[in-house]
Amino acid sequence: MTFRIALPKGRLLSQIAPLLEKAGWGLDDYNEKTRVYRLKSSTMSGLAAKMFQEKDIPIQVAVGNYDIGICGLDWFSEQMVKFPSSSIVKLRELGFGEGSVYAATTPGSFTGGTLSARGEVVRIAGEYPNLAEALALRLRLRRFAVYPLWGSAEAYPPENAEIVLLSRKDPKEIESLGLQLLGKIVESRACLIVNKESLRSKDLSPLLASLNSVIGDAASIEFFTSSLPGSITQVQADLPPADLSVVRLALPDGHQQTHVRRILDAAGINIDDYPSSTGNRRPNISLDGFFIKVIRPQDMPLQISNGNFDLAITGRDWLIDHHHQFPQSPVGELLDLKYGKVRIVAVVANEVPVNTSEELQKFRKKAGSPCRIAAEYVNIADNYARVNQLGACRIIPTWGATEAFIPEDADVLIENTETGSTLVKNNLKIIETLFESTACVIGNTRLRENRIQGERISAFVARLKQTMETMP
Amino acid sequence: MQIQRCKGCRDLTREEMLRFRSVETAFQDVSRCYGYYEVRTPTLEYLHLFTSAGTLTPGMLRRVYSFLDWDGWSGERVVLKPDATIPVVRLYTETMGSEASTARFSYVTNSFIFEETGIKPRERWQCGAELIGPGSALADAELVSFACDAVKKMGLNRLELKLSHAGLIRGILSSLGLSHAEQNDIFDRILDGNMTALDSLEAEKPQAVEALKLLLGTKGTSSGFLKNMRALFAAGIPEIQSSLEEFIATIDVVEAMGLNYEIDFTSGKGFEYYTGFIFRLFAEGVNVGGGGRYDRLVGMMSGKDVPAGGFALYIDRLAALINIDGLYIGVSQRVSMDIEPAVMKDATEAADLLRRAGCVVTFAAPGQPDEECGWKVTVRSGVPRFNVFNCGKRETSECESAIEAFATIGCG
Repeated sequence: MTFRIALPKGRLLSQIAPLLEKAGWGLDDYNEKTRVYRLKSSTMSGLAAKMFQEKDIPIQVAVGNYDIGICGLDWFSEQMVKFPSSSIVKLRELGFGEGSVYAATTPGSFTGGTLSARGEVVRIAGEYPNLAEALALRLRLRRFAVYPLWGSAEAYPPENAEIVLLSRKDPKEIESLGLQLLGKIVESRACLIVNKESLRSKDLSPLLASLNSVIGDAASIEFFTSSLPGSITQVQADLPPADLSVVRLALPDGHQQTHVRRILDAAGINIDDYPSSTGNRRPNISLDGFFIKVIRPQDMPLQISNGNFDLAITGRDWLIDHHHQFPQSPVGELLDLKYGKVRIVAVVANEVPVNTSEELQKFRKKAGSPCRIAAEYVNIADNYARVNQLGACRIIPTWGATEAFIPEDADVLIENTETGSTLVKNNLKIIETLFESTACVIGNTRLRENRIQGERISAFVARLKQTMETMP
Repeated sequence: MQIQRCKGCRDLTREEMLRFRSVETAFQDVSRCYGYYEVRTPTLEYLHLFTSAGTLTPGMLRRVYSFLDWDGWSGERVVLKPDATIPVVRLYTETMGSEASTARFSYVTNSFIFEETGIKPRERWQCGAELIGPGSALADAELVSFACDAVKKMGLNRLELKLSHAGLIRGILSSLGLSHAEQNDIFDRILDGNMTALDSLEAEKPQAVEALKLLLGTKGTSSGFLKNMRALFAAGIPEIQSSLEEFIATIDVVEAMGLNYEIDFTSGKGFEYYTGFIFRLFAEGVNVGGGGRYDRLVGMMSGKDVPAGGFALYIDRLAALINIDGLYIGVSQRVSMDIEPAVMKDATEAADLLRRAGCVVTFAAPGQPDEECGWKVTVRSGVPRFNVFNCGKRETSECESAIEAFATIGCG
């Protein structure tokens, strides 16, 4: 019998690995230094494990690609709160991976009134959009908007969100970010989850028994209960009126920072503390009338379209993904910055007898199951499936390492590639290049109501354009 | 791979559509007699319409089909409407809200709510009515009478009403010191048979708990029951005084109308929506509809206090109960024509006459089995023009004209 296991990379790995070793699972490559995704057991012949981003695991177990998974309760809850009939069951908590998802806001900027009585839209941002929506309904908010984020949620309040959901080990960390804790949403301890059908029909006892024998006393058997707060008071924004002439510029965090810094330096624009060693998300810039925040590039098109920012530097891939979700969105490319060039491609396994998307369409017509398309770019993937008329499809959202999904967990990938070498290493082939992407300046394309702000934006873009023309 | 319909969704077959239209037609006929104008609201609404109304529980809102529209970059969601009344009230506030006028609206609509097993329907059809403006016992009586007459028009006669009052339930629970949300929760738990929910409250507020137990444990058959409650509890629980008076007035009118009813407070489950009188309508022992008074809903949307009430009849349940024998067109009235194109004009003339007389006439079905139609007519350019075959008697008649063919078949 084959047992399929989904294991997380990241924060829980260092505690799960010794546990599995004690249980005798023989997954010798499951360690922080490993360079493989697929893990073989040296002790159990039928055991096959694969490493995922933690938030991918509930989805992978729910769709039946894996019998058993280990992830944080937060990601399990994020799945269950929106899709309560998901085919997963939480079996046990593992007694480690402490921390919680908290709701937070900005201290001191709120006075009186209850959130639920607020007539205006309450904006909730975070990496847990389903928990955010459940919180809004639980609080009986009259109007709310949920901003799903890839990260950096702490940067959003108070200007860009009233409430953020943040995962932290200790509530004191919320305060150290300069935020006020509103309540705990759900804990994020490690838990063992299992596919319902596997639990019903498959003998998983060798694995469950071996794991059970080594789980410490701190672990407990509990079933999912939401611990969302019942009400939140004293959260009515009392911000100073916004200066409409100020340009709100979003700069990327992560590896793009050095490129952006290089261009700004070349343009003679001074910026303090970017990249920041302390995680400062509000660096100062030498341009008058500019306000900077550092957020994830994936989140920028949405933040521009909903009016939270006026300008941003991101990849064209994320702009196009956004436009596939919202075709009339008022955000557009203002300047190509020409670095970070990648191709966005459709990919299949080398063994699949197709070389083009047209051939894929014909090939899929004969298939007996839905086409599984894995992608970080879920809207590009969705559009790809529609324009190529692939029939029944499942779009599987991923949060990195997508190339490892084929062939077990996906049939097609929509992926970015710089040289194609990672794809080749993973036995994959490109069947279509959808477009090329580089970094670009994006902005709101609607007519600007404030003349000074419009002039500042035009001057900024013109200055970068001139710089790009003279840069080597 | 076989393409299937969505889980929890259903097709309506030929017979089911006959039943559906029969229920709908009966409802609309009665609706016109009561002076209600038909309206239709969109399938797609903003989610905040339903969250702002404050009348749907968080549990229900978590099961709505909500998503970001193609222009939903602001993060606000749209929904497949989970409820029929709230959109109709929105329509009222948008189109008539500035006038101090009475509105009588009726509708036939579907609504959508996620149901976990996928066995029960996720799309439900209902016909309903909203009376916005009047807030008297007579208004309640008009709605009850309309609902009963519509169901009778569908040919269902064994009707029974179960009556309750949300204000009265809420008044007692409020006297126990419970919040709005706690009231809804504890009432549903009690109705699920969990009386221990009251134990902790009994020591503190014995009279209110006693009143609640008496109301839930007794089925009243006249307004006398409510008058007895008034004598026992009104002085000690002032929160129920006005609701009791209101309920007694409505019961007196319903009684005078000669309707068969029972006062049953357990029928008020899910009462959160309502503010006053609630009724559930049973036909042949099946709960086929219900409604009541929701005086706060218009105010929630427009800021103006306008009383309102309404009801919904569940089409799926009614359609399963009604008799549709008389709706089928029998085989003897079905005519199949085989036509030579050159004489299409003559054939069309004969077909028109037959259809006007109530026959079903189909073209171009050569080889149709005899048991599927009563008559087979061949129309040719020669003489005779019409060859009429009686499938039952196995007899053939030759006719020279459309009128002669029509007379031979003699539908109706």
